[in-house]
Amino acid sequence: MLNYAVRRILGAIPTLFIIITLTFFLIRLAPGGPFDQEQTLPPEIEANLKAAYHLDKPMLVQYGYYLSNLARGDFGPSFKFKDFTVTQLIWQGFPVSMRLGLTAMLVALFVGIPLGSYAALRQNSRVDYSVMTVAMVGVAIPNFVVAPLLSLIFGIYLGWLPVAGWNDGALSHLILPVTALSLPYIAYIARLTRGSMIEVLGTNYVRTARAKGLPERTVITRHAFKAALLPVVSFLGPATARIISGSLVIEQIFGLPGIGRYFVQGALNRDYTLVMGVVIFYATLIILFNLVVDLVYAWLDPRVQYE
Amino acid sequence: MSSSLLTIEGLQVRFETADGEVSAVNGMDLDIGQGERIAVVGESGSGKSQAFLACLGLLARNGSAHGQVRWQDLNLLELSQQKLNTIRGRHIGMVFQDPMTALTPHLKVGRQLNEVLEIHRGQTGTLARQRCLEVLDQVRMPDPDKRLDQYPHELSGGMRQRVMIAMALLCEPKVLIADEPTTALDVTIQAEILALFKDLVEQQSMALVLITHDLGVVAGLCERAAVMYAGRVVEAGSVADLFTAPAHPYTAGLIGSTPKLKQAYGEPMPTIPGQPPNLSNLPVGCAFRPRCRYGIERCAERPKFKPLADGQGAACHRAGEWGGGA
Ligand SMILES: Nc1ncnc2c1ncn2[C@@H]1O[C@H](COP(=O)(O)OP(=O)(O)O)[C@@H](O)[C@H]1O
Ligand code: SF4
Ligand SMILES: [Mg+2]
Repeated sequence: MLNYAVRRILGAIPTLFIIITLTFFLIRLAPGGPFDQEQTLPPEIEANLKAAYHLDKPMLVQYGYYLSNLARGDFGPSFKFKDFTVTQLIWQGFPVSMRLGLTAMLVALFVGIPLGSYAALRQNSRVDYSVMTVAMVGVAIPNFVVAPLLSLIFGIYLGWLPVAGWNDGALSHLILPVTALSLPYIAYIARLTRGSMIEVLGTNYVRTARAKGLPERTVITRHAFKAALLPVVSFLGPATARIISGSLVIEQIFGLPGIGRYFVQGALNRDYTLVMGVVIFYATLIILFNLVVDLVYAWLDPRVQYE
Repeated sequence: MSSSLLTIEGLQVRFETADGEVSAVNGMDLDIGQGERIAVVGESGSGKSQAFLACLGLLARNGSAHGQVRWQDLNLLELSQQKLNTIRGRHIGMVFQDPMTALTPHLKVGRQLNEVLEIHRGQTGTLARQRCLEVLDQVRMPDPDKRLDQYPHELSGGMRQRVMIAMALLCEPKVLIADEPTTALDVTIQAEILALFKDLVEQQSMALVLITHDLGVVAGLCERAAVMYAGRVVEAGSVADLFTAPAHPYTAGLIGSTPKLKQAYGEPMPTIPGQPPNLSNLPVGCAFRPRCRYGIERCAERPKFKPLADGQGAACHRAGEWGGGA
């Protein structure tokens, strides 16, 4: 298994290299540059700045510089957050985004899976329809509506919870953003679980388990549950990578110092190194989480072999 | 006749589908005696599987069963899940058609076997393992010891079917229902499994219900047969009588379309023209009428099941009178 994991990670290097290359050139092909918005910049200073960041050199030379720095683990300085390197920015914000994201994902799993299973077992009952209607709404209503509503109701109107701020991840500061972040995931996971549970409950092997005279509880927990979780596990890989790399909307609304904002700000500001940094970071997360998913998958389903 | 063990009376199975109601079983009657070996035959779609799945409460979600399935003084169709679970897997074992999908992929064979002993006999550990090995041996599983620690996908189709049979035999059931146990297997494996069934029924006193669309496997294994058409038993009797002197035109047609039997019993018979009936819209009267060359006016009424000589009987207005039969 370790062998397999190492091989998978090595195998991901070419993918990562292609992503790096594409991003490097695409962001530079986009109109505008990092210093365009600061119109007051005297030409000689702009030239100096460009020289300092090697932006006066041909693109291929810049690419060479970037790669050789990257090989040494150096993501370079941010063009916009002038006193910080990209690595510093990511490592400052990531613990916040990760804590928020992982908590939200755990909540989504612990609520979504039982909800979906329950709906599947009571298929077409009133409970099932209610759960699925709520789930549909949960998926459809965007974060930027839910988050301010929660903030308004529980933060301002009822005054139960802080409206904003991180406060080192104190529980009271986590509740609202985690709720807002996890709602659509709860809804999606509940629907996914319900669908796959219904499918598994109709399989021949579940029929065999029932024919043996096993109590329905055992049929479900021992014979159906693992197989019913497979689609959820597949979803979980990319979803976890996404959720822990931060949500711009949630972090802005609740004033949290995560990395979600860097994705958008970096791109808007043409902060080339920051964009590169977050893209590489995100791609690595996705690759890692997909690997974890495959390992969990093989554990759930012995027919899956490590190749 | 020996005392009855399982009696099916007026069994109806219906499915709700998007295109309306499907009547898979329509008033089936069948009496299974202690230690009796009975074949249930009929074209595919005639309701054989659904009838016996209904007996054990194993219908798909959209299905419902009505009528009586008497086991001792109970009607299985009215039992709670809990009550039913004390009977299925313990007194009534069932083997299904497709061994490739009938075992849980993520559980080892040993677990799938020993949970049966655990639930019905409270046996676990070495005692259960011992019993599993004993039964695997009985179904002639090669290397039984090794199989217990394997997953289903590591076993061939034939071996998986042996696991299924072993599973059904673990608690020494009074009835074994085998639903097309060889249909999904290679020809050579088919012969082996049939030989196994033959030995099992000779060694044990359990009753066997062998569901099959292949009359060729019936002779030599079963003493009685019930022929199903459109969810009803249209003829029943001893295998010898049925094959030599079918009383229902459909039985005659079935025999005629089974090459092996034609050779064994001489008599070339016509194959059955036409299609099985539409179960969402059954013809009134005799369901076989659209395909029957002996039909008369009276066949527009539903024929009752009429006893003939020697325990043979048929649901045909012209039973024994159309040319074939007792
Ligand atoms: N879940 C279901 N929904 C609708 N129709 C069904 C369902 N299961 C079985 N049927 C129908 O019931 C009929 C009888 O099926 P079955 O008993 O399996 O036939 P067989 O005699 O081949 O075993 C078939 O026409 C089949 O299509
Ligand atoms: S009842 Fe009539 S139609 Fe039906 S099988 Fe007998 S002769 Fe044919
Ligand atoms: Mg069948």
